Amino acid sequence: MTTAISVKNIGKQYKIGAAETKFRYNMLRDVIVDTVSAPLRLAKAMIGKSDRRMNQNYVWALKDISFDLEEGKVLGIVGRNGAGKSTLLKILSRVTEPTTGSVTVRGRVGSLLEVGTGFHPELTGRENIYMNGAILGMKRTEIDSKFDEIVDFSEVNQFIDTPVKRYSSGMYLRLAFAVAAHLEPEILVVDEVLAVGDAEFQKKCLGKMGDVAQQGRTVLFVSHNMSAILRLTQEAIVLNKGQLIMRGPTQEAVDYYLSSGQSQAGERTWDADEVPAAAMPFTPISLKVKERSGKVVDTVRSTEPVTVEFEYRLDASVTGLRVGLYISTVRGEYVFTSFDTDSPALYEKFDTRSAGHYISRAEIPADIFNEGRYTVGVNASSFGVRRYFMDENALAFNVDISGAPGTQWGEPRVGPVRPRLNWKIEKIGE
Amino acid sequence: MTELTKHEPQTVYIQPSKGLAALNLRDLFIYRELIFFMVWRDIKVKYKQTLLGMAWAVVQPVMTMLVFTFLFDRVAKLPTEGIPYPVFSFTALLPWGLFVTALNQGSRSLVAHQNMVTKIYFPRLILPTASVFAGMVDFAIAFVILVGLMFYYQVTPAWHLMWTLPLFLLLAIVTALGIALWLSAINVQYRDVNQALPFLTQFWLFATPVAYSASVISEQWQLLYSLNPMAGVVNGFRWALLGVGNGPDLSLWVSVGISILIFISGLFYFKSMEKTFADTI
Repeated sequence: MTTAISVKNIGKQYKIGAAETKFRYNMLRDVIVDTVSAPLRLAKAMIGKSDRRMNQNYVWALKDISFDLEEGKVLGIVGRNGAGKSTLLKILSRVTEPTTGSVTVRGRVGSLLEVGTGFHPELTGRENIYMNGAILGMKRTEIDSKFDEIVDFSEVNQFIDTPVKRYSSGMYLRLAFAVAAHLEPEILVVDEVLAVGDAEFQKKCLGKMGDVAQQGRTVLFVSHNMSAILRLTQEAIVLNKGQLIMRGPTQEAVDYYLSSGQSQAGERTWDADEVPAAAMPFTPISLKVKERSGKVVDTVRSTEPVTVEFEYRLDASVTGLRVGLYISTVRGEYVFTSFDTDSPALYEKFDTRSAGHYISRAEIPADIFNEGRYTVGVNASSFGVRRYFMDENALAFNVDISGAPGTQWGEPRVGPVRPRLNWKIEKIGE
Repeated sequence: MTELTKHEPQTVYIQPSKGLAALNLRDLFIYRELIFFMVWRDIKVKYKQTLLGMAWAVVQPVMTMLVFTFLFDRVAKLPTEGIPYPVFSFTALLPWGLFVTALNQGSRSLVAHQNMVTKIYFPRLILPTASVFAGMVDFAIAFVILVGLMFYYQVTPAWHLMWTLPLFLLLAIVTALGIALWLSAINVQYRDVNQALPFLTQFWLFATPVAYSASVISEQWQLLYSLNPMAGVVNGFRWALLGVGNGPDLSLWVSVGISILIFISGLFYFKSMEKTFADTI
């Protein structure tokens, strides 16, 4: 077996905080001094002698990562938001350079991130296929030979000479995906977190990934969806705060990730460095699972209601904000989704949420969950406008089913819900 | 070719780049088709959904020429060494137009293609390079107009000098590319470039003998004046096409030297900044 990817002591350092200090003016004098010294700062920055005070904050997004991957293997990468998964993929696909260490990659690296990159709305489908192919590193002869296949796959045959700005978003995505899918790289990296499109499209991406793996090519797969990781990979690595903390068979790695990731039982708090800058003005503080008495717990009873509390701060008022929960099984199947402004009354009242410190609290009624372990994901967004923050795997809790319907038989019940249904038995004849 | 690469995949080493190796000319060669595609796309897209279409390539320099003719010929009556003013200024507007387009498009090229820069690998040099070459079509169209103007005013071209024209064109391209490399890389981090560009090009226009003849500059300032490489280009165009001016002299070589200096330093600056483009853009 030959090695497809060999990563040696990779580290990546990012500069942070420069923007924050830059805009924090207290006095008009500061503004003036800053403005006057701006050209000087620019000149300094250009010759590489950047202002010390401004650039002090560095953070290691990846630190000392080493692993080898053999040709034809599929490797899963799991870790929390900000663990360095995307940075690792970016280094492997040469979008950004590592600060330290080296990587040897055998073959062309393709990624499903690049879908539609370089598409120009004014160009026709045909022209965009050539353009996009060239951007992805295909030769013109290579595109020529695959052209018909790409068009067939994308199902836009009739519109191939129409500018893509007239396409529906589905057609656009299909065409873009068709080009990327026919690149046939030796190594494919897939970042499900960043994958765009609807569920249908994501399914197509995963399907394509499965095909690629079966053709004996090497795949790196990043996902928050544990069931997808379990289904598609045999081996996985776990990243935590930029470091590789575990590598092993997928089942073990996933178990390890799920059990180690939740530092405090029934409670999850966010440190400042775990919150992406893009989340502003939203800052998550904590997420708690509480039983009826108000105690924070790791295990809840199926027969009692559960309270989930999400505490956060808004540094500016936000219009249309909704803060919600995603409950899923640890296997990645969703159980339900709910938002704090689902009810029309609250929707009206919190049309605009002013700056301040909030708790959004939901009571999940009794008799919902079946036995097992569930993950709570959180999301703060303005519908159709912007997603401020999301952590699909914020914390996990266990459900104990003693006293739940049907426990007298002691056999496991399938399905994530265990409702107490209103059964009636009528005798309607002799 | 495809078969070959399939059986023997190319091995790529990724590590922090340093020094000359960072130039990575091999990758530029591998991706040469992309330069062609980018140029082709820029040209194709440039006049899409405009009423006048390609005619804009004619309208812009002609209107500038008319304004110059009114101001500097009719009103200020500047000397033109015996050449009708419209031909005199249009000859200079050709390389100037190419330079300005290249400068504007090139300097904005990285930021304009942000999604490419943050998502995929390709030699970043391709972006400013393609922008500079995309201006060549406008140049070619304007050149045809110049030929028409010369016919109309019955100006005899300097046939024996015309072979030097491509060399001056090359000088214009090298200058524009050099500046574009500097500005596009700075623009990634400091969008001040966008604000400074209109001012810069306007200032530069007055520092270049486009609207006037270089002969109005007194002898003692000539050398200082030629520190502007575009002065060398414009004088060269007039000399090669119309046979006016001094031809290659010390000032021209100074311009050439400055131009090469800008280009080489621009290349190194661009390369040293390239590794963080995706992080800072």
